[in-house]
Amino acid sequence: MEPLQKHPVRMRINGQEREFNVESWVTLLDLLRERAGLTGTKKGCDQGQCGACTVLVDGKRINSCLTLAVMQDGREITTVEGLADNDQLHPIQQAFIDCDAFQCGYCTPGQLCSAVGLMNEGHAHDRDDVRELMSGNLCRCGAYPQIADAVVRVMGAKGKVAA
Amino acid sequence: MNPFTFTPAANLDAAIAAASQGARPIAGGTNLLDLMKEGVMRPAGVVDINHLGLDEIEANADGGMRLGALARNADTAYHPVVRKRYPLLSAAILAGASPQLRNMASNGGNLMQRTRCVYFYDIGTPCNKREPGTGCPALDGVNRQHAILGESESCIATHPSDMCVALRALDATVQVRGPNGERSIPFAEFHRLPEDRPDIDNTLQPGEIITHLDLPDADRFMAHSAYIKVRDRLSYAFALVSCAAALDLDADGTIRAARIALGGVAHKPWRVEAAEQALVGQPAGEQAFVAAANVLLAGARGHGQNDFKVPLARNAILQALIIATRGTGSAPGASQGDPA
Repeated sequence: MEPLQKHPVRMRINGQEREFNVESWVTLLDLLRERAGLTGTKKGCDQGQCGACTVLVDGKRINSCLTLAVMQDGREITTVEGLADNDQLHPIQQAFIDCDAFQCGYCTPGQLCSAVGLMNEGHAHDRDDVRELMSGNLCRCGAYPQIADAVVRVMGAKGKVAA
Repeated sequence: MNPFTFTPAANLDAAIAAASQGARPIAGGTNLLDLMKEGVMRPAGVVDINHLGLDEIEANADGGMRLGALARNADTAYHPVVRKRYPLLSAAILAGASPQLRNMASNGGNLMQRTRCVYFYDIGTPCNKREPGTGCPALDGVNRQHAILGESESCIATHPSDMCVALRALDATVQVRGPNGERSIPFAEFHRLPEDRPDIDNTLQPGEIITHLDLPDADRFMAHSAYIKVRDRLSYAFALVSCAAALDLDADGTIRAARIALGGVAHKPWRVEAAEQALVGQPAGEQAFVAAANVLLAGARGHGQNDFKVPLARNAILQALIIATRGTGSAPGASQGDPA
């Protein structure tokens, strides 16, 4: 197979079937931002150190900068653009607003997707667990206390945590 | 990234054939793609091994467990049988990386990850691991993260894994398959010391692919194990020093058997069986633990910025053994979710 050959990739992104032809070295992050037009997912470090590129693949949170688009053929991808239900914000989005859980906002899409992944995983039971299990998402504005507040609030509403 | 061919392997034989031709197997990709972006690794081809199965996490009839090489780190750490029978392994995995990375990273890939030495990562500098014969700037350069044991004049890099420290303490076996068939590699012999070939991290032969990790029965250590990780921030950082400790104690607190392994101090997880033998028959307590630490750290030396690691390692060993004596799950500090 020639290096410059493109690979057909089909994904369901935020509920929509999408098809692309991509070079082998295109990351999922670059596909989302540059081919799918979904720039909500941010490129921070591009090295898996900041979490700004966090998306959900089949419901699991991953760093989209560290996986190739061709490796995600056939998967269901959810980005920050797919969290709300039309005009109805996802509860974690509303909680981020209510708790003042962001300042500049650059890390926020990754924080939101990571928080949804955390709740899907179901391993966090208190605020300390939330802090530890959100540690893959850096916030250089330092909104960590409010981010933890927001996640604990939504988990509490679901009865998964003694907030 | 440089252009490369991407080939999904339909089965293990195809993956082995591709790897034998020089293609790099990719599973989670969390370290390989990072290294490829930095230009540290520039494979002409990548073979995707994610569709080979090999993702089982199963208890064996003999009291051990078999972990598929393609099972993810998170699925392994949170598996109920792993948590119950190998709390040391679960704690070590959850001490590493971030939830996102643990969701991606495979068990086999964890073994294959490469050092985070800054010179190895910086292609503008010499590095004997990256380009043999060019030299080692870390010897008298930025070496705060570097080795204090088993290093050579060619390389003082450390192996970055937490999971591997627990696997070493638990006497895991690495099952591999290659062009010449299947082979079992004791964990002690999987990673190697740098000597004069720091470019070779491990004893895998060309074309060989990890298929499983086998863990022997370790029920006698279940109740008294601890993984201590000392790092620059509370979470999501590589270890300066880590210690996996497990004790098998009599009802009166006498040590029947012990396991101690260190991370962050050498080119491979560091274990000295004589240190464990020194504990057998002794009452679990500081006197015995100090003696064991002295054996484990014999010959340890710093290289300037990492001199502090020698006393830090000693304290980590003592703390891990004290916490293990108190009981599994009694460690203070960072929560890891779902406390055991």
